[in-house]
Amino acid sequence: MQIYIIPLDFEDEEILDRLAISLKQVFQIPISYVPIDINLKKGWSQERSQLNSTWILSQFLEKGPNDNSKILGVTVYDLYTPILTFLFGEAELEGRAAVFSIYRFQDELYGLSANQENLEKRILKEAVHELGHTFGLHHCRNYDCVMHSSTYIEEFDFKSENFCEKCKSILHEKMNN
Amino acid sequence: MNNAILEKVNIFIVDDESSVRDSLTKWFEEFDYNVGSAADADEALEKFKPGKWDIAFLDIRLPGMEGPELHHRLKEIDPHVTTIMITAYASVETAVKTLKDGAYDYITKPIDPDYLIHLISKIVVQKKLVSENKNLKKRINELCRFDKFIGESPQIKKVLDLAKTVAQTDTSVMLRGESGTGKELLAQLIHSLSPRCYFPLVAVNCGSLTAGLAESEFFGHEKGAFTGAMYRRKGKLELAHQGTIFLDEIGCIDSKTQMDLLRAIETRQFTRVGGNEVINVDFRLICATNLDMEKAVAEGKFREDLYYRLNVFSINIPPLRERRSDIMLIANALLKTIAAKMNKVITGFSKEAIEQLTNHEWVGNVRELRNCIERAVVVSTSPVITPDSFTFEKPSLPSSTDQSLTALEKEYIQKILDQTGGNISHAAEILQIDRTTLYHKIEKYGLCR
Repeated sequence: MQIYIIPLDFEDEEILDRLAISLKQVFQIPISYVPIDINLKKGWSQERSQLNSTWILSQFLEKGPNDNSKILGVTVYDLYTPILTFLFGEAELEGRAAVFSIYRFQDELYGLSANQENLEKRILKEAVHELGHTFGLHHCRNYDCVMHSSTYIEEFDFKSENFCEKCKSILHEKMNN
Repeated sequence: MNNAILEKVNIFIVDDESSVRDSLTKWFEEFDYNVGSAADADEALEKFKPGKWDIAFLDIRLPGMEGPELHHRLKEIDPHVTTIMITAYASVETAVKTLKDGAYDYITKPIDPDYLIHLISKIVVQKKLVSENKNLKKRINELCRFDKFIGESPQIKKVLDLAKTVAQTDTSVMLRGESGTGKELLAQLIHSLSPRCYFPLVAVNCGSLTAGLAESEFFGHEKGAFTGAMYRRKGKLELAHQGTIFLDEIGCIDSKTQMDLLRAIETRQFTRVGGNEVINVDFRLICATNLDMEKAVAEGKFREDLYYRLNVFSINIPPLRERRSDIMLIANALLKTIAAKMNKVITGFSKEAIEQLTNHEWVGNVRELRNCIERAVVVSTSPVITPDSFTFEKPSLPSSTDQSLTALEKEYIQKILDQTGGNISHAAEILQIDRTTLYHKIEKYGLCR
């Protein structure tokens, strides 16, 4: 098993390299990049100026590697689903595909000056959170756990990038099955 | 965010757009909620079963049947389901109509996830409170059974049957019986079995109220109504709003209070002492007395109109000596409770003790029996109570025998008061009468404490 990272118009390779190292430490499986040819315009909503995350997941499954690996997309565009105004990320529960956006992780969006440390912490938390869903983890009631659900950035910053003991044990069980 | 959001919740989604159903389903499933969905009203009605779903999201515009109509149909199937209408076109008119129709809320597409999460959280908390409330009521009902009023004799069974019947109504009840027969206990039972059981039962001992105090006690007073009235105070009638007011020793209230009380009972309205505001109250009335009320009415000591207003449904509690078969049932129950409280291992009564308990006159009724057993438990050194532990004999009577009964009573009460240094509780215990009766007699005979 391994995790493929797929950049979707995300060009900062240094951030992705650091993310890959961190994810390897967390999940203890190989991490690599794989190019998939997706025409993002097809998932783009002109009206909402957002990218449809559910469509992205369907593209990953259609065009990505056909094995038991996990596919994690990273994009600079804000994500949406038809019924929700926005999403930080979306994943197939106990499936293979996940995607998240860095759009709402940038301090500039909230009238603050850019902060690289904040940005990378948020990216790591969200990547671990969405991959956690692909391994079958649900949202966790522990405020400190990375699987805790967050719908605004302050709540996002409050949680850690680590799994709580309970989620860690479920993850371990799921990964070994 | 409230932790309740992560409780197991069953959510049903009805929307003709598959993308809406799918994305909401996926989003809710990440919270480990149980999610079901339907594309139209027919499918919804087929899948919707009572008790299966906690929250239903319904699109306002559905093929075949409009969302509001489906809302009514689902509510008919399960009145406890919380419905939330989803609309693509927000308008005040739609919102008002939806809420008037009984929906919990309405949301517009697309939905802010933060709003959605808080909405679910609020509903879950509310549902938990409703369920908690239901369970607590059930537990209260279980706790308030007839067990406390012990007895299997035909006389006591009749009393309990009458109490159970009248409890369901709002009828005023007059409880009659000798001192110590359990009039207050029966009042508590009637209240606990009545639809007012979740509201207060306010007991007023009319025997301990002086004429000046009674008005303020019953009707409350405003700040500054009289010297010492530093704060506004609610009266007992106001405190009993929606519940029951129990007037013990009703025969002891003075004529002025009788008149005020009659008006308040008839109109369910009164004003606080020193106030102008008319207070509306809703209470159920239970009275108790050990006096001969008919005699008091005939002698003009008690208002006839008030008497008839109070004496709508009368229950006579028989004295213990008239239901001797209950004596050992009560004695054993009391022994169990008292011994456990005193941490003593006492298993029962000897044959001789049972004989003595069953044959005693019990002038002070269950109260006297209780005191007798409590004393016996204190002094008993064996696991079985024997007659040695009982002290039935009365303290010695005054020496002179040429006095009237009233004079003897007066002299004897004074003697006990002197012995106890004016301690009412102690004196009442020795005399085997309740404190109210003792107060009444002290006032009647003009005794010194």
